[in-house]
Amino acid sequence: MRIPAEEAAFAAAQAPTESPWRRFAAEFAQSRLALAGLAVFAVIALVAIAAPVISPQNPYDLAQLDVLDSKLSPGEQSAAGKTYWLGTDDQGRDMLSGIFYGLRISLSVGIASTVIALALGLVLGLAAAYFDGWVDAVVMRVADIQLSFPAILIALVLLAVMGQGVGKIIAALVTVQWAYYARTVRSAALVEREKEYIEAARALALSQPRIVFRHLLPNCLPPLIVVATVQVAHAISLEATLSFLGLGLPITEPSLGLLIANGFQYLLSGKYWISFYPGLALLATIGSINLVADQLRDVLNPRLRK
Amino acid sequence: MSAPLLDVEGLRTHFFTREGVVKAVDDVSLRLERGRILGLVGESGSGKSMTGYSILGLVDPPGRIVEGRIALNGLELTTLGQEGWRKLRGERIAMIFQDPMMTLNPVLRIDTQMVEAVLAHQRIPRSAALERCRDALERVGIASPGERLRAYPHQFSGGMRQRVAIAIAILNRPDLIIADEPTTALDVTVQGQILSEMQSLCRESGTGLIWITHDLSVVAGLADDISVMYAGRVVESGPVDDVLDRPMHPYTRGLLDSVPSRNAPGAPLSQIRGMTPSLLGLGEGCAFRTRCSRAVDACRATPAARSPAAGRSLRCVNPVP
Amino acid sequence: MSASPALVELRGITRRFGAVRAVDGVSLEVRAREVVGLVGESGCGKSTLGRIVSRILEPTAGERLWKARPYREYEGNGARAERLAIQMIFQDPYASLNPRMRIVDIVGEAPVVHGLIAAAERAQYVASLLARVGMDASLMRRFPHQFSGGQRSRIGIARALAVKPLFLVCDEAVAALDVSIQAQVLNLFMRLREELALTYLFISHDLGVVRHLSDRVVVMYLGRVVESGPTAELYAKPNHPYTQALIAEVPRIDARHRAYVPIRGEIPSPLDPPGGCHFHPRCPHAFARCREEAPALREIAPGRQSACHLNESRTP
Repeated sequence: MRIPAEEAAFAAAQAPTESPWRRFAAEFAQSRLALAGLAVFAVIALVAIAAPVISPQNPYDLAQLDVLDSKLSPGEQSAAGKTYWLGTDDQGRDMLSGIFYGLRISLSVGIASTVIALALGLVLGLAAAYFDGWVDAVVMRVADIQLSFPAILIALVLLAVMGQGVGKIIAALVTVQWAYYARTVRSAALVEREKEYIEAARALALSQPRIVFRHLLPNCLPPLIVVATVQVAHAISLEATLSFLGLGLPITEPSLGLLIANGFQYLLSGKYWISFYPGLALLATIGSINLVADQLRDVLNPRLRK
Repeated sequence: MSAPLLDVEGLRTHFFTREGVVKAVDDVSLRLERGRILGLVGESGSGKSMTGYSILGLVDPPGRIVEGRIALNGLELTTLGQEGWRKLRGERIAMIFQDPMMTLNPVLRIDTQMVEAVLAHQRIPRSAALERCRDALERVGIASPGERLRAYPHQFSGGMRQRVAIAIAILNRPDLIIADEPTTALDVTVQGQILSEMQSLCRESGTGLIWITHDLSVVAGLADDISVMYAGRVVESGPVDDVLDRPMHPYTRGLLDSVPSRNAPGAPLSQIRGMTPSLLGLGEGCAFRTRCSRAVDACRATPAARSPAAGRSLRCVNPVP
Repeated sequence: MSASPALVELRGITRRFGAVRAVDGVSLEVRAREVVGLVGESGCGKSTLGRIVSRILEPTAGERLWKARPYREYEGNGARAERLAIQMIFQDPYASLNPRMRIVDIVGEAPVVHGLIAAAERAQYVASLLARVGMDASLMRRFPHQFSGGQRSRIGIARALAVKPLFLVCDEAVAALDVSIQAQVLNLFMRLREELALTYLFISHDLGVVRHLSDRVVVMYLGRVVESGPTAELYAKPNHPYTQALIAEVPRIDARHRAYVPIRGEIPSPLDPPGGCHFHPRCPHAFARCREEAPALREIAPGRQSACHLNESRTP
C-alpha cells in the first residue's frame, strides 16, 4: 500500500531521469545549516592538509622554538619582530601553527580510525546477519561486551598496555568503535536479508559472497554513512580526551587535546589563549561534522522507505 | 428535498512539489444520502484515497485543498479550523484505513484506546463508555468482547484488527464512514465477513458509507452507487447496476472487460493498453485519451461532467454506445 | 489426463518454522507445459511451498524431484543449468528488485556470471529480454524506483527469463498490481508460455485469476492439500467444504447487492491448528470423526483428489 503523499512523490519520481547523486546533493543542500557546516569542515580539512605549508612555524622543530617567546598574548610581537597571531604557549610555540598541526593530527587519526573500524565492523556485521547461527552469536556477544564498557576505559587500558604513538591510538580507537558499525550494519542487513531481491539472487544461484557484497551491502550503507560521520566527530573527541589526559599522543606530536592540557594550568592566571583557541578549533571541527551528519541522516532516511 | 448527507462540489486537492504541481484530486463532485453506500473505484494514482483524505481534512503539506465545497449535513468543512475538525473526526465522520495499525496504537490495550475515542467526544462515565465499546465489538462480530477488550493489538489476527478498527469507527455513531481499501489485504473469507457486517451496520443505523477500492467485484456486491475515478477526476458515476451493466466511459468498460471472469478461460484477457499517466504536469484534455480506443480530436479539451441519463454523470465526448 | 512426464514432483514435503508446521505432508506434481494453480488463504503454506520448489527454502522432511531425480543430485557445478531451470517471480514489485542496481545489471548479472552470455553481449541480451516482456529497452540504465509497479513486474519476469528457465513459480505475481496492469501481465504470462514452452506453478489467492490461467488447481488449507483437480471441474463442482466456501465467498461483478453468508470463524493460528481435519471447527458438515482423524487425500474421480471424510461416507 502506498499512502497518498507517497503517490504524489512517486508521480514526481517518474519524471526525467535524475542521477541519484544529483538528487542527493539537491536534497542535502536544502539545509543552510548543513551547508554552512560542510563549508566550515572543508576549510578545516584544507588547513589540516596544508598545515606544513601554511604554518608560520613548525612547532615541533625544537630548533625553531625560543623559550623567551613563551606565553606571549595574541597579536603580540616577539623580541625578534615576529607576530604571533594567537599567542604562544609556555614553550614558546606559536599557537596558530600548533592548532594547524593539531587539526592535522586530530583529523587524520579520527578519519583513519573511523575508516578502519568501519571496514572491520561492516564485514563482521554482514557476516553475522547473513550467516546467522553461531557466527551471529559470537560476533554479537563480543560486541555487546565491548559496548557495555565506557569507551574511555577500554582506550585507557589499551594505551597503558601498548604505550603511546599514532598507530597505537588508532588501534585503540578502532577497537572501541568497530562494534557500533557491526551492530548498525547487522540491523540493516537483517531487514534487507528478508527482502525478495535477496531471495531472487538465491534463486538465480549467485554465490554467497556475491550476494553479500554486491546485493546486501550497498543497501545497508545509508545508516552506516550516518553513523560513520557522527563517529568521526566522536573519534576526534575521544582522541582529544585521551591526549588531554596525557595518554594519547606523545608530546612531540601534540594534538589539540594536548594543547588544551598544556594551557590548563594557565587558564585562571589570565593566559587563556593557550587552552581557549585549541578548544575553539576542536569545537568547530566537531560541530561542523555533526551538522553535516544531521542533514545526512534526514536525507538518507526517507529513501529507506521506498 | 432534504440536504444530502455529504455534498462534495468541485473539489481540487493539489500537491506543490519541487518538480511541479500534482493535481491529485481535480474537480471531483460526489453526493451521498443517508444510509447509502457509495463505491469509489479507481486504480493507483486515480486520486480516490486523496479524495477520502480531503473530506476528512487529512491533507498534509505540500498538499492542500485549493478549491471546492464539502458539505456534511449542510455544514461546510473546508472552512473549519483545527478545533472544528477535532470535534468532527471520530464523531460525525470516521475513517477506516487499509492497514488497521494506522488506527491502533500497538502499545495500548484495546479498551484504553476505545474508551479514549469515546471520551474525547462525550463526557460520560467510564463504565458507560466501556459498555459502548463492548457493544461495538459485538456488532462487528468479535466473540467474547469483554475478554478481547483487555488484549493488545498484536494478539489479534489481521482480520480481527480490522474489525476492531471498524468498531472504533462506529463507536460514536458517525453520520459518515469513509473506508479506504479496508479489505484489500485480507483473505477472501474474512473479507466476506467484514462486508457482511458493514452492510448490516449501514442499513440499521443509517450511516452513510464511502467504500474506496480498486476491486469492482466488491463494489458490485456492496454498494448502491458507484463513482469511477481516473487521474484525479470522476469519469463516470451512477447507480451500481446501471454503471456495471451499461458502462458509458471507455475506461469503465475497459476495466470491466479485463476482469478474468469476463473472459473465456485460457484466452488472452481484454486489456487496456499503456499505463496510468504521471499526475505531474497533467495538462488539458482527457487524461485517458492516450489509452482509449475511442479517442477523437475533441478529447484534447478536458471533457466536462454531463448527465446523459437520470442519476448518471459522465466525462466523455465519445462514450461507449 | 495426458501421461506427459512430471517435471517437478513433491513427496511428503513438510516444513517447520519452530513449532509451526507451515507445510504439512504435501505431495503434488507438475507436468511439463502445465499450469498448476495453487490457491489458499493466509497461513495455508502456499508461499512456503513455492519457495521450497524454487530452492530458496529447504524442506524439513520429504523429497523434491526434478525430471524424476532428487534435487540434491543437481548440486554440483556441472548441474548448474538444471538448477537455473526453476525460477521464481515475486509478489512485491517494490521489494523484489535491488534498489541500488540499474535494470541492465539486475537482469544481466546472472547470465554473465553463469557464463550463458559474454560480458560484452550483456546490453544487447538485456535489450532483447526487455523487448520480449513488452518494455522499452532504452530504459535499461534506470533504477527501479523510476518505474511503476507494472513495469517492475515485467523487469522481474525478464530477470527470471534471462537464465533460460523451464519452470516458473509465480508467487502472487499479480496481486499487487492494478486491475488493468494485471490483465497485461497475465497476458504476458500466457504468451510466454506458448513462446518459450514454459511450465508454471501459479500461486495466488485470487480465484478468478487462477481459474483463467490454470489447467489444474490445488487448494491448500493450513499447510495441507485439501483438494485438487482440473480447473473447470473443480470450479463447477467443488468437493471439499472449504473449496465450496471459498468459491462461494469470491465477490463477482455479476453478484449485486449480495446477502453475504460468510463461513463462520477465523482461520486458526498455524501455531495451534485444530486436531484431526484442520477445517472441522468451521465446517458446516463436520462430525465426530473429523475431530479425531485427519482425512487422507484420496482420488475421488480420475484426476481429482479430495481430503474429506464425507467422501468415504458416501458409498457409491
